[in-house]
This record gives sequence, structure tokens and C-alpha cells, in this order.
Amino acid sequence: MAAKYGPGTPREQALMAAVAISDATDGRRILALSGRLEATTIRGVWDESRRAIAAAPDQRVVVDAADVDYCDGAGIALLVDLIQQRKAGDVQVANLHPAFETLLQQFDAQALGHDLDPPAPRRPAVEEIGVITAGMGEDLRQQIVFIGETTAALVYALLHPSTIRWKDVWRICERVGADALPIVALISFLLGVILAFQSAIPMRKFGAEIFVADLIGLAMLRELGPLMTAILLAGRSGAAFAAEIGTMTVNQEVDALTTMGLDPVRFLVTPRIIAALLMTPLLTLFADLISLLGGAMTLQSFSIPFVTFVHEVEGIVNFSDFMAGFVKSFVFAILIAGIGCLRGLQTTAGASAVGDAATRAVVSGIILLVVVDGVFAVLYFVLDI
Amino acid sequence: MTTPAPIADPIISVRGLTAGYGDVVLLENVGFDVRRGEVFVILGGSGSGKSTLLKHMIGLLPPQSGSVAIDGDDIIAAEGDARRAILRKIGVMYQSGALFGSMTLAENVRLPLEEYTDLTSDEIELIARMKLSLVGLGAFTGHLPAEISGGMQKRAAIARAMALDPMILFLDEPSAGLDPITSAELDALIKRLARNLDVTFVVVTHELPSIFSIADRVIMLDPRKKGIVAEGDPRKLRDESDDPWVRQFFNREAEPVAA
Repeated sequence: MAAKYGPGTPREQALMAAVAISDATDGRRILALSGRLEATTIRGVWDESRRAIAAAPDQRVVVDAADVDYCDGAGIALLVDLIQQRKAGDVQVANLHPAFETLLQQFDAQALGHDLDPPAPRRPAVEEIGVITAGMGEDLRQQIVFIGETTAALVYALLHPSTIRWKDVWRICERVGADALPIVALISFLLGVILAFQSAIPMRKFGAEIFVADLIGLAMLRELGPLMTAILLAGRSGAAFAAEIGTMTVNQEVDALTTMGLDPVRFLVTPRIIAALLMTPLLTLFADLISLLGGAMTLQSFSIPFVTFVHEVEGIVNFSDFMAGFVKSFVFAILIAGIGCLRGLQTTAGASAVGDAATRAVVSGIILLVVVDGVFAVLYFVLDI
Repeated sequence: MTTPAPIADPIISVRGLTAGYGDVVLLENVGFDVRRGEVFVILGGSGSGKSTLLKHMIGLLPPQSGSVAIDGDDIIAAEGDARRAILRKIGVMYQSGALFGSMTLAENVRLPLEEYTDLTSDEIELIARMKLSLVGLGAFTGHLPAEISGGMQKRAAIARAMALDPMILFLDEPSAGLDPITSAELDALIKRLARNLDVTFVVVTHELPSIFSIADRVIMLDPRKKGIVAEGDPRKLRDESDDPWVRQFFNREAEPVAA
């Protein structure tokens, strides 16, 4: 019985492909194909035909294509696949229209199977873990080498300031620092407002709203100001560094520097780290001030005047609290710029490589920031700062 | 595989070079010399290892084995200042031009001069303008690379490669992606520079018109033999080579395909 595949009206059914399976008296299995063999119609026919061949392993098979009205590349692929189901000669295609026969003759069904690349062997789980671990080890090695090269380049730059490309430094400073002011202002202001609201409401129950100023002062200057600024810069400037240097790598500009005998680390990394070192602490100070402003404005609505807020913050936040946050911003600057540049220099070829480099810069940058912030927290606790 | 006869006092000497990526070997035990002042063309089909060979000759990639001597000094073994001294003798034009996108053409040419010389800014500017005018870009010194055409970018890249008056200029696929007229103009520029300046050119290409136009001598790489299959005057190779693949290449004949 012929099975028609696919939904549709009788007119649409006429455009479908069909297969009728029968066994001839001489023992051969006959697959009578009919209709249009094209990509949109052969799905069901393909499965049905393969099953019919598999179900008769001892019978020779004839694919009768006398009623095939049309056959495109997909239809030819179906015929080739059916021929490949058995060893050479066991599946024969008969009565195919000469025009389609010419198309089928372009392919040697048996050789086609041999020509294909063998599928990549699946690695055992243990080997896979080993490969991933080796990859992480290699990444760590590159980071250590990079830290060494960058440190050497920075020391050289400090000893020979005239070798620093100051024009590049100021250009990058503008992009890292001045251009980031609006977003840093917005986020830190909102952070101050949110922190003040969230803490003032429960603390009002105890008549302790005034201590919200202490909380905001300490939290912002010691912890949140430097960390939030650094995370913003990792997303903004770290990604930009990776994308910029990554594009230069893809465009062979880094190769061009190398063959000029010029060190890419000194040319591309040093100016960015210096710019980040100059700008990140300034942006952190700016973020601290704006978040305190946000907190102060919020507390106005809780009947705490601005002067009282300032007086309270002055009383609780001492110089070592300020320095605890400020010192961190220098370390964060090196991390953000360093990881951004490293990911840029590690960029491989291909359309997605630069995007991958930017993504890796942001992800590794944020992870490193949080880890190092944790290290600082422990260090300050031990040192009683 | 062919091993060209050694040349007395070569400017470049490649010996026993085996190169590839990871486990894949593209070139095996390749050796040849480049004469001083000639236009030497490395040619071969796609995937034959032309650009890989060039990257090893300019020290960008370490070979699996072998040596590359530039004016007598091994660029692979050299480090630090010795390596910088060798690199000063060469200039490279990359396939994409590889101009620094944030710098004007003049700034691109100025860069190596600023790094290697103690000339004043005005003197460097004059030299940069002269180099750019030598390649016909005297009126575009203030343009960014993105503001000029692909052919002009390649000429600017040649000007930058010539900034320090190197002994050898390496050009990687100079005609790639250019229309026939621009390509012919670039060939004419290379011939003019080769004739008028005391520079050796090493050019990687598979563009036949360019090869016949500029080459004094060629070596031909065959991916199946992982090395050199022919060496000499391209016209003679086209007309007289015994190797059917070489004749096929020069006569632009397709590989026979089983019917």
C-alpha cells in the first residue's frame, strides 16, 4: 500500500512523495517511489524506505523510480543513502528518468561513504577532564608569563618615562575616565539611595535612622564604592581593551608591531594599565562622593538634615577606612586593564574571536575582582584595619 | 622535492626548515637561498604553506626544526637586542595591510622612526611624507586607513615597511583582493622600487600576472610534497618544466576530476 506523507489538500497531496513496498515473486523487495522527491516531501519516505530495506536483510532491493515526477538534490541524496544501506549492487535504482539519472551518476554512492571524514572519536570522560585541566593550566601559565612581561614593561616605563606613549595614555584616560563619569554617577547615586532606603525603613522602628549615615559611609568607602566602580570598568573598559587589542590581533597589527621589533606589551598594554591606574582611583572617589550624596538626599525624607548626615559620616569614617577602599582601587585597576589586554592578545582567528575575547575579559575580570576583594577583606581583618 | 643549489653570499638562507601547526606538518626540510637585490617570489596553491613559510622567515613563528639566516644572522635563535637588530633589516607588508587603524597614514609611517631614531618630530614628518609620496600617497598623509581604498592601504603598508630603509621587504599576497588595474599598479610600484632602491623583495603570491610581471626568481611549494617542487625563472618553468603539476599551475589548468 502506498503511503502519502505530509498534511494538505488533495491538490497538495499530489505534490507529495510516496513509497509503496512489495515483494516480487523472485524474492526481491520492491520500493516503488512516486511523486516529487524534494527536500520538503521526502522526510517520511526516507524513514519508511530505510525501514523496509532493514526489515529484509536477505533480499535484494530494487528502488523503482518509474513514477517519480521530480527529483532534486535532496531526492538524489535519498537514493544515494538507500544504495549505501547495503554492499555494492544489492540495492539498485531502476526506471529513473534520464535527467535525474544523470544527476545520480554524479555521485559514487560507495566511494562517498569512504570520502567522508570519519567522525571525531569521543574522548572518555577522564581524558576530557584531563584536556580541560591542561587547558586551564596553560591559561594560568600564560597569565603568569603575562604578569611577568607586564611588570617588566611597567618597571621599564617608570624608569624611562619618555618611552611611554603619553598620547595614547591620555586618549585612553579620556575613554576610561571622563567617558565613564555618567554611568558611574548614575549607578553610585542609585546605590546610595537604595542602601539608604533599605536600611532606614527597618532602622526607623528602633529610632536608629541616624546610623544609616554610618552604614552608608563605611560600606561605600571601604567596600561598595571601589568594587562597584571596578565592576563597571571591567564591563566597560576591560571589554573595550580586549575587543580593541583582539581586533588588532586579528588584523595582524600585533604581528606588524612584532616584526618592527616593537614589544606589543609595551605598546598596547602599558598605556592601558597606566591609564586605568590613573583613572580608577579617581572614579572610585567620585563614586564614593556621589553615593554619599544619594544617601544624604534620601535621609532628608527621614528628617535627617544634610549637615547631620555629614557630621555623622565624619564621626564614623576615619582615614584608614578611606585608605582601605582607595588602595584597593589601584589593585582593581591593574586587574581590569591587565585581564582585558591579556584576553585581547590571546584572541584567535575567526568571526567570533573578538566577541569571545571581550566576554572572557569581563567574566575573568569580575571573578578576579571578587576574589581579590575577598583577599583584601581577610587581610584587613588580620591587620585590624 | 627540489632543493635549489646554494648561492654565494645570500641575503636570506633557509636551511632544513620543518614547519606546521600542532601535529600538522606543512613544510618538511625546506631549504633555499635568496640573492641580494632580486625580486624573489614564493608561490604555490592555497594551503601549500606560502604564508606559513613567510611567517617563519620573519621570525613570527618558531619552526619545528631548521634555521633562517637574515644577512648571516639566525633570526630564530636571536633574542633581545640581537633580534631587534635583525628585525631592523626587514620590513613586512601584511596581506591585510595591518595599518594601525587609530593612526593616520603619516603616523603609521612615523611610528618605527620614532621608536628607532632620535630624529626630531619635523624630520620624522618629512621622512614619513617622502615615503608616502614614493608610493603615490603624498596627498593622503592625514587620512586614517579606513578612509582610503584597499589598494591604497597596501601601498601605505609598503611605505611603513620602508620607513627604516630595510634591506629586505617581505610582501604577503600584495595583489589579494584587488581589481586587475590596481593590482597591476601595485606590481609596477614593486618593480619601480626594486629597480630604484637597493632592496631585496620577497613576495608571497599565487597571482600569475603578478608573478610574470615582477619575479626574477620563484620557488614553488606543493602541499602534497610539503616542500619546493620547482625553482627558477617563472617563464622557463612555465615552458620547460618536467613537472606536470608545475605546468598545470602556470597554465591555470584544473586538477582532473574523476567523472
